[in-house]
Amino acid sequence: MSTNERIGVYICHCGSNIAQTVDCAALTEYAKTLPGVVVAKEYKYMCSDPGQDLIKKDVAENKLTRVVVSSCSPLMHEETFRTAVEDAGLNRFLFQMSNIREQVSWVHKDKVRATEKAKKLLRAAANRVLHQRPLERREVPVTPEVLVVGGGIAGIEAALRLADAGKKVHLVEKEPTIGGHMARFDKTFPTLDCAACILTPKMVSVGQHRNINLMVCSEVEEISGYTGSFKVKIRRKATCVDNASCVGCGVCWEKCPAKKIPSEFEEGLANRTAIYIPFPQAVPKRPVIDRDNCIYFKTGKCKVCEKFCDCKAIDFEQKDEVVEITVGAVIAATGFETLDPRTLPRYGYGRFDNVLSPLEFERLTNASGPTAGKVLLKDGSVPKSVAILHCIGSRDEKHLKHCSRVCCMYSLKFAHLVEEKTHAEITNFYIDIRAFGKGYEEFYHRLLKEGVTFVRGKAAEVTNVAEAPEEKGKLIVVAEDTLLGKVRRVPVDMVVLSTGLKARSDAGHMAHVLGISRSADGFFLERHPKLGPVDTPTEGIYLAGACQGPKDIPDSVAQGAAAAACALSLIDRTRVVLEPVTAEIDEKLCAGCKLCIANCPYSAIEFDETRKVSVVTEALCKGCGTCVATCPSGAARQKNFEDAQISSEIVGILASM
Amino acid sequence: MKKLGYFPGCSLMVTNRAYSISACNVARQLGIELSELSDWNCCGATAYLSLSEAKAFVMSARNLAIAESEGHDTLVAACSGCYVVLRKTGKYLDEKPQVRAQVNAALAAGDMSYKRTVKVRHLLDVMVNDCGEEAVKGCVKKPLQGLKVAAYYGCQVGRPFGEADDPEFPVTMDRLLGWLGATPVEFPVRATCCGGLTMTTEPELGMEMSGRILRVAREQGADCIATACPLCQINLEAYQDRIGRRLGADVRIPVVYFTQLMGRAFGLSSQEVMAGDSLTDVSAVLA
Amino acid sequence: MKTTKGRRLDAQATKALRQEFLDDVCALPDGERVKECIQCGTCSASCPSAGRMDYSPRAIIAALRAGDLEHVLESDTVWLCASCYGCTVRCPVGIPFTDIMYELKRLGMTRGMLPKARQAAVMASTFAETVNSLGRNNEVALIRKYYLRTNPFAAFGQMGFAMRLMKRGRLELSSHRIKGLDGLRKMLATVDGEGGR
Repeated sequence: MSTNERIGVYICHCGSNIAQTVDCAALTEYAKTLPGVVVAKEYKYMCSDPGQDLIKKDVAENKLTRVVVSSCSPLMHEETFRTAVEDAGLNRFLFQMSNIREQVSWVHKDKVRATEKAKKLLRAAANRVLHQRPLERREVPVTPEVLVVGGGIAGIEAALRLADAGKKVHLVEKEPTIGGHMARFDKTFPTLDCAACILTPKMVSVGQHRNINLMVCSEVEEISGYTGSFKVKIRRKATCVDNASCVGCGVCWEKCPAKKIPSEFEEGLANRTAIYIPFPQAVPKRPVIDRDNCIYFKTGKCKVCEKFCDCKAIDFEQKDEVVEITVGAVIAATGFETLDPRTLPRYGYGRFDNVLSPLEFERLTNASGPTAGKVLLKDGSVPKSVAILHCIGSRDEKHLKHCSRVCCMYSLKFAHLVEEKTHAEITNFYIDIRAFGKGYEEFYHRLLKEGVTFVRGKAAEVTNVAEAPEEKGKLIVVAEDTLLGKVRRVPVDMVVLSTGLKARSDAGHMAHVLGISRSADGFFLERHPKLGPVDTPTEGIYLAGACQGPKDIPDSVAQGAAAAACALSLIDRTRVVLEPVTAEIDEKLCAGCKLCIANCPYSAIEFDETRKVSVVTEALCKGCGTCVATCPSGAARQKNFEDAQISSEIVGILASM
Repeated sequence: MKKLGYFPGCSLMVTNRAYSISACNVARQLGIELSELSDWNCCGATAYLSLSEAKAFVMSARNLAIAESEGHDTLVAACSGCYVVLRKTGKYLDEKPQVRAQVNAALAAGDMSYKRTVKVRHLLDVMVNDCGEEAVKGCVKKPLQGLKVAAYYGCQVGRPFGEADDPEFPVTMDRLLGWLGATPVEFPVRATCCGGLTMTTEPELGMEMSGRILRVAREQGADCIATACPLCQINLEAYQDRIGRRLGADVRIPVVYFTQLMGRAFGLSSQEVMAGDSLTDVSAVLA
Repeated sequence: MKTTKGRRLDAQATKALRQEFLDDVCALPDGERVKECIQCGTCSASCPSAGRMDYSPRAIIAALRAGDLEHVLESDTVWLCASCYGCTVRCPVGIPFTDIMYELKRLGMTRGMLPKARQAAVMASTFAETVNSLGRNNEVALIRKYYLRTNPFAAFGQMGFAMRLMKRGRLELSSHRIKGLDGLRKMLATVDGEGGR
């Protein structure tokens, strides 16, 4: 076919990477035979400055209108060459690459056949480039505000880093207070720092920071828009307390007559009132009314809190409020849940007294918990023997396939706390001791020195059926001591189950709202497990903390800071370049069937009632191609992936040599 | 009358006929005719699997083929051992093409074929979950007056498939006993193994395992133990004196089939539930 | 746990035995998961017979990995299994251990690698014999043959029990042959050729 276009073809040797397998000289000669090719050259390193200069020189001197480079993968250098072409004065989309390294020289040994394949790929690229059209990239401004979803330690870290950098942060938290799971812990491993002591100062900073807009009892309902300009709808639930007037004096929750409600914060081991703050150091220190248990909301009588409130802050008529904000980036830091031990009835949780979940134990040893920090049995006595069972529900294909990463360490911590407070006989039943972090192995040795017994064998069950006199009235842990090769029955007073960490039950819903995926284990999916742990495939949406996978506090904090850095990087760019590889609809061909609108996953297409055609909103279009494939009349087209371009590429590959 | 295919199994023919007879009589009250397969063969039980898995499948498949040819879509097994083997065969035939091919070829050699249309169910599961509370309560004429029963399921009602009941914490028999007016006692060993064939091959082990069940039943204050498998039944009823001597404790306790208790509650006669067959003194329980 | 004694099989035969076992086990549904055993010991702790076994269920897999299958088969271990499925239900890796135990029993039978006290194996083969001759099991015939082959004197200890059953009409004195016995035998014969496995 004849053409007026003038194509310049450049074959890269990539040192010997390509040249060793592909006959570059022959390839270059072949290039000269292709329609439209007026210049064909080979060079050792096309991506180098001289290599790029070659292109620029030829564009100017030979009045090239198209450029093709046969070298490595576009993932490596498409950007490099597009920029070089652009610098030479040509539109950057009048360029095509053919990959003769990853797809040819790196995977084939036969030189003759490799060269043939390289020729076909080159021909395909040369065919395609003739059909390519100039496209303009758009730049959109980035809103310099960030949404952080979740006020646990990861979210707090991210929010503070961003706020300290002078950026406005909207921190949305579902519970009445920030602090997450960490606020409920007693001591943290391996330093045995008191969790509240190190967390509450950060919580206070968040509460007081003028750059942080803290919204508690709030949930993100919808996120639309695009990178740099996300539109977010947040539902602020009615707490029946006006936070502006309230000063947190505490009279209302002192006077509230509904006192027997199991406290979620205390894992049900203590009670709270209907108007309450979850714990004394809550941020913000503003109570909320639990409408399901409030006497007024249930019977129409009471209102004692309102009577006693000096600030007139109680408002029973308060309604939910939906606010809308626009942010440049979103950080998901929604955290985790622990496995419900009732899913493993053979360990006796819920059936026997004195079988505890890990959060119950944390509240038990916590000085501000239900027993003022004493480790006690249900009957109030001190246990003389305690068993800690590792791997409950984790590494188990019938429950959580993954290892929950923190349980070995918190099990060691529990052992230490029990030893310190009771000097009881302690036995940890484990499969492996995973003490991977800084100071972790040393902590394990500390426990060994403290005289805790470690039995290598997963506990198979906890039973109360005694087989010997010393087992009567006790809980018996049955496990094989695999290092000894004997099955052992160990009678104890108290059992602590080290249950695993799992994705939150609303993770599926949140993923949908955020527009991200989840990995097989249910946690949010990162862009790359090694190189992109806090990124998602969607630019501008980042992850931090345990919502991405089970992890300890150091790693959650690190990810919080990392996600903040990512968000800062995006914001400080001030503009986001939108790739113009979006869909467009040819009005003349559009029949107005609206199939594309129904199928668009990003709600980026609208129907023009006047002209009775569908129109793509370019800013929202992510270039997924769904509408293009759906359109029965071929009116929908994808820029830079048009039918003519693709078919000519196919012809280039399949036609005989 | 609803007709279901019925596989009694070898041990229900004479030695443990009380189970089969009481089951059929009780089923009739509930509107079910347990239609015994004609010319069925031994399921192979645990012993055959120790020799040849393929042969065990063939043996079971012949029974499934008979059931299919007699127009049954359900085959009810009363013995837990038979239930597991028949169900396993059905499962493997569905899931493993090699097994299917091998079994089909074997059946053909005997001029039979099986199209995999039969579902294998345990008798306990059918009576409780298919008949339901209303039907069972409707048949109760002499409620069991708070009789304390230790519902003993044995290891193969719920395991390994977890279809007839939960593998470790089964509840069907306890629910049934409640409907009959009895009081099921808290029975932590209700799904632990009685020892099965080891009572004969490794008597020390067998007696230890059955002994545990008897001892705990007595500790829990049960008036009797109800079973759902002939091997469990005989292990628990036949060696109480010997076990008692070993444990240095009295572990005598009446042991009956759950179907016998059902029959008693439905007002059936001693003969109809074969009370006289028992090796333990069931006069207080089945009177 | 007893320490390993001297071997009869040489290195090559040991390897072959291990491979044969692995091949057969991997043919079972989910059998290949045996390779993923993390040696947690849940199976052993769930096993009512483990206390009497030379090799606990978990140790069997460790022995397999160490090339010690010969000793496992010739020890008490395998035939103490009552196939209660406790291990299968609880294994966190999803290994169908009961089926693997059956496989070990079959392997021991075909290779003639059995423990000294082999009455459980005798029970299995006697059971099969009885069923093969009648199409059904006859408990009296089974028990009679079993005791004759293992411990005739023990049979006397069972007389009282037998009398109690007989008084209640529960003794299966006459045998029932199924009509389709020929057909059944033909069916079973088709499987014989494939090593009877």
